[in-house]
Amino acid sequence: MNSSHTSNESSATPSSKQEFDLGGAPHFAPPRNIRQVMLDVLIALIPGILAHVWYFGPWILVQILLCILFALPIEAIMLKLRKQALYPFLSDGSAIVTAVLFALCMPQLAPWWVSFIGMLFAIAIAKHLYGGLGHNRFNPAMVAYVAVIIAYPQVMAQWLPPHPLLGGDDLLLQLDRQQPGFMQGMWSILTGQMAIDLQWDSITQATPLDTLRQGATQNLLINEIRVSPIFGDFGGLGWEWIANWYFVGGVWLLYRQVISWHVPVATLASIVLLTLPFYLMDPDAHPFPLQHVFSGGIMLGAFFIATDPVSGSSTPLGKIIFGIGFAIITLLIRRWSSYPDGVAFAVLCMNMLAPLIDRYTRPRIYGHER
Amino acid sequence: MNHIVGKHLHHFHGGLRLRHYKQMSCTDTPTHLAPPPQLIVNLQQHKGYSAKPVVNPGEYVLRGQVIARTDNHLTQQLHAPSSGTISAIEERPYISANALCIVIDCDGKDQAIPADALNNWQQSTPEQVIDHINKMGVVGLGGAVFPTAKKLTNPHDNNTPLTQEHIHTIILNGAECEPYLSCDESLMLSQPEQLINGARILAHAASAKHIVVAIEDRMNEVLKRLHQVITEHHIDNIQVIQVPTYYPEGGERQLIQVLTGQEVPAQGLPRDLGLLCFNVATAVACHNAVELGQALTERIVTVTGRCIQRPGNWWARIGSPVESLIDAAGGLSHPAERLIMGGPMMGSALPHTDIPIVKASNCILALDATEIHDAQGEMPCINCGFCVRVCPAHLLPQELHWSIRSEDIQRAQNYGLTDCIECGCCDQVCPSHIPLVEDYRLGKHKLRVMEQEKRRAEQAKKRYEARQLRLERLEQVRQKQRETSKTKNTPKDAKSRIAAALAKKKKQQQAVSATGNKEAIEDKQKT
Repeated sequence: MNSSHTSNESSATPSSKQEFDLGGAPHFAPPRNIRQVMLDVLIALIPGILAHVWYFGPWILVQILLCILFALPIEAIMLKLRKQALYPFLSDGSAIVTAVLFALCMPQLAPWWVSFIGMLFAIAIAKHLYGGLGHNRFNPAMVAYVAVIIAYPQVMAQWLPPHPLLGGDDLLLQLDRQQPGFMQGMWSILTGQMAIDLQWDSITQATPLDTLRQGATQNLLINEIRVSPIFGDFGGLGWEWIANWYFVGGVWLLYRQVISWHVPVATLASIVLLTLPFYLMDPDAHPFPLQHVFSGGIMLGAFFIATDPVSGSSTPLGKIIFGIGFAIITLLIRRWSSYPDGVAFAVLCMNMLAPLIDRYTRPRIYGHER
Repeated sequence: MNHIVGKHLHHFHGGLRLRHYKQMSCTDTPTHLAPPPQLIVNLQQHKGYSAKPVVNPGEYVLRGQVIARTDNHLTQQLHAPSSGTISAIEERPYISANALCIVIDCDGKDQAIPADALNNWQQSTPEQVIDHINKMGVVGLGGAVFPTAKKLTNPHDNNTPLTQEHIHTIILNGAECEPYLSCDESLMLSQPEQLINGARILAHAASAKHIVVAIEDRMNEVLKRLHQVITEHHIDNIQVIQVPTYYPEGGERQLIQVLTGQEVPAQGLPRDLGLLCFNVATAVACHNAVELGQALTERIVTVTGRCIQRPGNWWARIGSPVESLIDAAGGLSHPAERLIMGGPMMGSALPHTDIPIVKASNCILALDATEIHDAQGEMPCINCGFCVRVCPAHLLPQELHWSIRSEDIQRAQNYGLTDCIECGCCDQVCPSHIPLVEDYRLGKHKLRVMEQEKRRAEQAKKRYEARQLRLERLEQVRQKQRETSKTKNTPKDAKSRIAAALAKKKKQQQAVSATGNKEAIEDKQKT
């Protein structure tokens, strides 16, 4: 067995021969590494992030920055406590990806401690307490999201209405809302209080999914609900475009072969196929399938969250089942629970089932019958 | 069973498209290297038993003379690659350990024994052809060095040749898929006639009706030359099929899957599908053995890599030190980090250049630091699934990795550890840079040890049970004796028992003296 060392072990050592480095096959260095894979994921998120900034203002970038600034020191402390080397774990990019994904689920003006608690749950608890990179049983960003949505329900409901970079004042007038200035928004992030001359009620607006759900409980027809100007063609105004750009980023990830097609296709196909019959039966009471697809976090979930390799399924068929289950549970939560979107809970439920799914979806090995 | 091989091409799962780097060394005129001053012939040159020397130090041997032989039923022979004196039979370094070798000091005359061809092989029986091929030391030259004669015979039927009922097609594997290697391609370009003839010899030995030569789809010149030979000689049962240039297309199981759509059964062999697969160099060796009467004493070796001055292919004698081949290629142009015998995906790293060529040595590859240098080191597996996508055996490499690292070899076996062909595709794509193939080799080794222990334990159990049986039987016999002696009149009280014992002793003494007297009387009578 060859092992990596450079000493010559044979007994008949020739006199002036060059000695070569020993190593096992294959001898080419693998072209890809983890940092590159994580970087690909971050690059794929950029279009969605830019769309977010376009529609909702720059504060999402502040949230992302805060999350990263909290995530890295927490990771460093956890590595030290676990007596692991800081290099290469601190620079492998996995904490940054977790931070960004979590930040993208935050309301724009959420106070800094929400991010901090979130990163504590994501990095310290969900990742390192389970064994660090490659060992987390649950998606760290979603563990964090679930923790903060349960701990800070009010804060997590304070979403800004869309205010596109070019000419978005009409919408605000229609909704009778104000757009906070940059510093006012920063004040709220840093202190959790709204600036003196503004009220939370005049800033925030229920999300499209939330509006849909409230309207459904009031037995309004879909068309009646969608009269509100916050709805766009498919999902919510602004949100549907962000989802669209997540889709573009996701397709790019497919092209880069970072993720495989199984989870996204299974998730989105399931959403469409499950909602289509209901829509066809009663278009007034059920949203058009694509409205579901472009609302909430399902697009981000399908390409970036349910595809988390560590906590997801290992086998191709298992990934499809994971995607289907993810879609079903999301829809169930959207329809019948008091939470507007079920992506986070759905992913965690499927994370729980992943080992079981893996066990029963092993591919047929070459030459074997089954 | 009557599958038309190669009619439609299928796919195998996974695989990688690798840069092949073959143009730098491929040639249609590989030259013959003169034998080096010293040849070191490794006694383990084929799969199975090690050969035992049949010559002694000091003896003079000619090229082609038998110098070692195995003593199992299907004797493999080793022949002197050149003429000279046996210098020693001793351990010499071979890759990472030492191996017993016959060292020959060549006299430079390179005289050979008379050729021993099998004339009119078309009229010979398959058995005669197989015997002849075996006599000439032909083994699989694709790297596995499986004795060719063994492949052609049926172990379940007293090693008689396989018949038409068993085999319908011979596949010649010219799909040299590992990067940098071009020895098979150079052979096919330079000796297409010998290849086709060798294929027909093998088909005759296997009683197979059809022959398929599989080559990569970028080998267009090879295709042309092979077709030329086939049309010239009007051979109608040979087909040349081009398969996609993909790694590991040339793996036997993958090639068969591509050509037939069928899979070689696990724990089974291609012959279970009516196929036999041989490397193209093996076919040429058969031709040389049968038509030219030459034993296997040399093979084409590719010497290549960015560090080699003049990469190319040469006919090298078995036993040549790697150094002589590198010298023939002009030496190293700049420092090499790693020297490999074999290809970059599956070859073995050599500690120095004093290692001799064996029949399995297809390539000497010198890689520099930029190609092998791994800055990252090993990270934990993130279950990304890249490995699952590329595995030709359709395994779950990450599961194998986890099982072996947690010492659960049984679980690794359940996930198909023994189905792994060690191609290295998973290793190449792993972003965590985990040395997966090393894990599997360790796991397979542990599995072998476990199975050995199991067999020993079973044997021990059998011995123990036999011993228990024997002791039981003995006990039963004793029991019977006790009972029969009990039914005799054995007095119960001590006095009479003493008297009985004394009487018994007296009787014995009388018997002894009686026999003594008898002997004395008999002696007296003789004299």
